[in-house]
Amino acid sequence: MRKLLFESLFRRPVTERAPSPDDAAVTELATAVAQAARRRLGRSLSIREVDAGSCNGCELEIHALSNAYYDVERFGIRFVASPRYADVLMVTGPVTKNMREALELTYDAVPNPKWVIAVGDCARDGGCFAGSYAVVGGVSEVVPVDLHIPGCPPTPTAMLKGLLALLERADAGATPT
Amino acid sequence: MPSLIDLMLEGQLVQRHSPWPRAVVDASVWNFAASELARGRWSLLGLWGEPSTVHMAIMDEQTSEIAVVSLDCFDRAYPSVSQHHPPALRLERAVHDLFGLVAEGSSDTRSWLDHNRWGVRFPLGDRIDALPQASPYFFLPAEGDGLHQIAVGPVHAGTIEPGHFRFTTSGETVVRLEPRLGYAHKGIERLMMDASLVRAAQLAGRVSGDSTVAYALAFSRAVEAALEVMVPDRAVWLRALLAELERLAHHLGDIGGICNDASFALMHAHCSVLREDVLRASNAAFGHRLMRDIILPGGVTRDLDKDGTEAIQAALDNIRLRFPALIELYDNTASLQDRTVDAGVLKPALAAQYAAGGYTGRASGRSFDARRALAYPPYESLRFDVPILAEGDVNARVWIRIREVEQTLYLIDQILTRLPEGPLSIQAGVYCEPREGMAIVEGFRGDVMVWLRVRDGKIERCHLRDPSWFQWPLVEAAIEGNIVADFPLCNRSFNCAYSGHDL
Repeated sequence: MRKLLFESLFRRPVTERAPSPDDAAVTELATAVAQAARRRLGRSLSIREVDAGSCNGCELEIHALSNAYYDVERFGIRFVASPRYADVLMVTGPVTKNMREALELTYDAVPNPKWVIAVGDCARDGGCFAGSYAVVGGVSEVVPVDLHIPGCPPTPTAMLKGLLALLERADAGATPT
Repeated sequence: MPSLIDLMLEGQLVQRHSPWPRAVVDASVWNFAASELARGRWSLLGLWGEPSTVHMAIMDEQTSEIAVVSLDCFDRAYPSVSQHHPPALRLERAVHDLFGLVAEGSSDTRSWLDHNRWGVRFPLGDRIDALPQASPYFFLPAEGDGLHQIAVGPVHAGTIEPGHFRFTTSGETVVRLEPRLGYAHKGIERLMMDASLVRAAQLAGRVSGDSTVAYALAFSRAVEAALEVMVPDRAVWLRALLAELERLAHHLGDIGGICNDASFALMHAHCSVLREDVLRASNAAFGHRLMRDIILPGGVTRDLDKDGTEAIQAALDNIRLRFPALIELYDNTASLQDRTVDAGVLKPALAAQYAAGGYTGRASGRSFDARRALAYPPYESLRFDVPILAEGDVNARVWIRIREVEQTLYLIDQILTRLPEGPLSIQAGVYCEPREGMAIVEGFRGDVMVWLRVRDGKIERCHLRDPSWFQWPLVEAAIEGNIVADFPLCNRSFNCAYSGHDL
């Protein structure tokens, strides 16, 4: 450990440059983010992640967002343990009927103002599980969704673009005080 | 003492069931099989239903013989296996929830996957309306002075899958843990009915995202067994390459993750970088970081080119360069060892009884590895060791993963060196008569089993069994006597699937 710690003092960080905000995501966001965002949030964003019945593929890539390559925290974005600390609810999966109530309760526990990001193809409309007796469908069937990041699963880069778009919009919508 | 073959001869052999035999038996033979499971002579591989039939897959670990026995359920009931052999219990509860078949004599009749939210009961059998009101779920009692309960989930503090855990504790010490699962139930086996092979393969690859290769492989091999398809050599070897890359990525992730749960974030940071290297190499080689939808019945959809090979080799070289320092770090950090040694002990007898697969079994003295025991191609011509330890603690499960990382690096080298040229896939024939196939492959967390029946090019019935079915009950056993704060650490060392289990 001693050697690894010492080496890391001199090695350049592996973190890569931030991607540019995704245009489509910006458009999707345009109506969602209010003027108060910048004042209330500054440039930080706390995310509570909820797996509403995904296959766990999206979770793997959400985990990857925190590795040294992407290092999501450098953008002021961090994952938090409780919905009560969160600005954003990030939801994956086709929302199973068995998870519907838990998702609703978690959404209700996030203080306003709040945004919901649906991650992955299943979260849009149920994906390949749509039509099952056990599945509700997309996340928007249960809670209002502000941003959708497609993919099966979306790559960490795609998620970063979506998240940055959310922040940029919050910035642009702010009035200087 | 009758062998599995003798047991088959007692029943009526089913035609066109490959590669292992299936026989329709009567209740006495069914019960005999259950009693032999209870004696520990055979291992239970799976138990699943059809609208009026139950099936049970059994293995003789001495000889690696496998067989399926089936029992027609008159009056929608069959003799419970779990009354003799507890590992069958949750499988029986799931069969009841999906098909309405009753395991007579079972000690536990609570629903398992069905939380009374589907709007329908027995969705794969004779559907009936849901109960007007969900009855409360009664957790098993634990009584004594000063005991209290802690309820956790289905939404957890971390980014993990949904499941509910009910701890009963005395002070900080856990005296009983009972999980309630089923939150990720998506009705996959129902969606598979009447699905085309391509659509069903897509669903199979999404049973558990971290085992997408293992599931696609098990599903495809089962279809190929049913339809007697000979997969081209290059595809067989590429499939093994995909499976080993998947294993490598998740073992690296888990080693770091376990250390992180012991508050040792440095290991997590370094292992995450190595894991990301593997995912990027997989993306460069096969066009998808998790290698989804690459394996289909008949072969694979992507070839490996020179650039892909170089990307994989570069990732492997980097792991070879950096991983030894991480092993040394793990091994020589007393504060970390203090958390992992002797924590979450799974006794070998219990691992054997539950036929625990993967690192869970191999850290508790059970040597089974489907790649070795069943030697499906190309593993029969590859050299590798199956590491085994007997301590059964978190530390042993970490070490099995470390050794498997080393073996997988060695396996990938052999595959890349010996990868044969040739076509990537072959068209599967379409038969109007029903044909049944079965396959077991070694995923990163253990043996994934698939059984299916194909007719007219469509899936009539498909059952996919995750290794977690036999590992979740062992988490409950292993946590007993540990403190609540060590649960994430112990749980992570098993890393059981939620979605794969819930289906």
